[in-house]
Amino acid sequence: MAQIRLENVAKTFGSFSAVKGVTFTVDHGSFFVILGPSGCGKTTTLRMTAGLELPTSGRILLDGEDVSATPASARDIAFVFQLFALYPHMNVRQNIGFPLKCQNYPRAQIKSSVEETARLLRIDHLLERRVGGLSGGDRQRVALGRAIVRRPKAFLMDEPLGALDSEFRRLMCGELRELHDRIDATTVYITHDQLEAMAMADRIAVMNQGRIEQLGTPQEIYDRPRTMFVADFIGAPPMSFLGVQAAPRRGDRSIRIDGAQIEMPEVFEDRAEGRFAVGVRPENVSFADASPLRGRVIGAEYLGTTQIVTIDTASGRLKARLPSAEVVRVGEAVGLALRPDRLSLFDEISGQVLQSALDDGARRG
Amino acid sequence: MAEVALIEASKSYGPVEAVRGLSLSVSDGEFVVLLGPTGAGKTTTLRLIAGLERPDQGNVAIQGRIVTQQVPAERDVAFVFQQYSLYPHLTVYDNLAFPLRSPARRVDEATIRRRVQQVSELLHIEQKLANRATALSGGEMQRVAIGRALVREPAVYLMDEPLSSLDAKLRAELRLELKRIQREFGTTILYVTHDQVEAMTMADRIGVMNEGALIQVGTPRQIYEQPNSAYVAGRLGMPAINLIPAGLLGIDAAPSQARTVGLRTEHIRISLADRPGPRAEVQWVEHLGDQNHVHLKLAAHSLVTLADPAQQLHAGDQVSIEFAEPLYFDEAGKRVGADGFRGQP
Repeated sequence: MAQIRLENVAKTFGSFSAVKGVTFTVDHGSFFVILGPSGCGKTTTLRMTAGLELPTSGRILLDGEDVSATPASARDIAFVFQLFALYPHMNVRQNIGFPLKCQNYPRAQIKSSVEETARLLRIDHLLERRVGGLSGGDRQRVALGRAIVRRPKAFLMDEPLGALDSEFRRLMCGELRELHDRIDATTVYITHDQLEAMAMADRIAVMNQGRIEQLGTPQEIYDRPRTMFVADFIGAPPMSFLGVQAAPRRGDRSIRIDGAQIEMPEVFEDRAEGRFAVGVRPENVSFADASPLRGRVIGAEYLGTTQIVTIDTASGRLKARLPSAEVVRVGEAVGLALRPDRLSLFDEISGQVLQSALDDGARRG
Repeated sequence: MAEVALIEASKSYGPVEAVRGLSLSVSDGEFVVLLGPTGAGKTTTLRLIAGLERPDQGNVAIQGRIVTQQVPAERDVAFVFQQYSLYPHLTVYDNLAFPLRSPARRVDEATIRRRVQQVSELLHIEQKLANRATALSGGEMQRVAIGRALVREPAVYLMDEPLSSLDAKLRAELRLELKRIQREFGTTILYVTHDQVEAMTMADRIGVMNEGALIQVGTPRQIYEQPNSAYVAGRLGMPAINLIPAGLLGIDAAPSQARTVGLRTEHIRISLADRPGPRAEVQWVEHLGDQNHVHLKLAAHSLVTLADPAQQLHAGDQVSIEFAEPLYFDEAGKRVGADGFRGQP
């Protein structure tokens, strides 16, 4: 398999700048996810990696070799679109073998490659079946088989699970990741679904408006977002922000929100002025009658296991994830506790996080 | 009065029974969500109501009138499809105005302008009205598609997974918006999805479907807390309910017919201390950001529960399991043992 590297790759379509200089390296054997909202440039980035678009500037390296101008067909990369497109009039064997047949491989080699691939995907008992009668999961496996039968250097996947229902998607996430490990693949996968990204990725690049906002492991991106965009894009519901009164100083271990002194990880930066906000994830908010930080409940969404409670405070709107057994009344005034070691502090004007002790590898069990 | 009713409706395609004797009524101003996996018959149910399909048996009523033999245009419904279909050569404004300009409707341009403006603000696309429909992102296109249904004021909106192609953030926003719109305007919506969060957060009532049949209908809380079958119990909850052979837990109070016990994650407590009760081994802890799932092995069975962030657990740890509020299911998967409980058909 392969190492993929993009260096300052940019792409403009007329006056529209779709990708504005992205740099990242996907190591051999790693599962790399590009995550972002629609229109963020993730598909364009992937298409350039595949050779389906040529970059306006920058370099693309495959195993150290500059392939920026190499056409897609010569890059030895398999591109997987939504995993549904099977040929209905062919059986499983013919579907999987199709890419090899197109390239005029000898019949004996097609036979052995198809059978090996089918064993890998545990569908070797289905080879002579028509694809029409297969279950959804088996159809996806056949589609995957067609992508891996050529043993390309890397897989590029564009929202392959987008058309599936949520439970099934979860199952296929597990299978895809397991398959990736089993064949020692290098995979670049794009999605707008953070659960897919969190469940499968070794590293995630979060993209916004043609740029990479943050690159890191799933846990880093979730626990220590570098920008308010990332904090807001990841998490369901996302991080909430509360405005703080005074500019933070180096060494501060607490911050004033709405007259309440709230503990937080030690701040490593001095700021004279500006607008700042504390970011807190819903699962790190709880009710505490005695707390000086007050709010009013304006809604509760029942989710079964938990409920999402929306609370208005003088400093902003907050979402809390609470056990559904906890009784919550709309309109009720409540005291709020924020888990101190989990708070991020942002510069609201630049949207960037301030350095703090949160970065010193806050780990969870 | 029921705005929409299906009465014993069935529909087959060749040997496949897509919908089997389905009865359901949606009241005026009610938001009903049909929840089920692909192939459960949800979309066919919507299409029967819209008139895009005729039932083999049974009837469809809208506002108290039997409309089974009427063509779609004669039924007062608006349909929002999973795949947005916009007119690519028209602007967003003209796409939104299109349903009102139908010769059958005769709405004057001033009213059209007002409706389009109102709906575009609601959906946050008012800045895009002059754009060509093709110059929009996927999320914006889907909002235009929803908007095109909203400009009309039909007796009922039929929505087929309208949010499934959007990203998580937009989906969450539109979920709240749609619910707000529905509440404010008192619209009647029958909505189809496979996403349990959409069902739980928007529905007044959920209908759980499987293999062409309606398995249970009730409020989100009824469906979650009082499922009538193991199937329904498994449809809702993140992580999913644990279904374990009854014998493994050694519950004396279990009803004699109970074959399977359902345990929700919030009713399981694990501890490293040696407590009485079943013991399990930690397989791994999966970090999903907002939730950390602990995968446990209890004899030969897998169990998933939520990790307490304060609890340090590692693969190989032996833990005691305590649980509460078990749900019992018989051999056929039917709920048993809850006194006075009767699942609705």
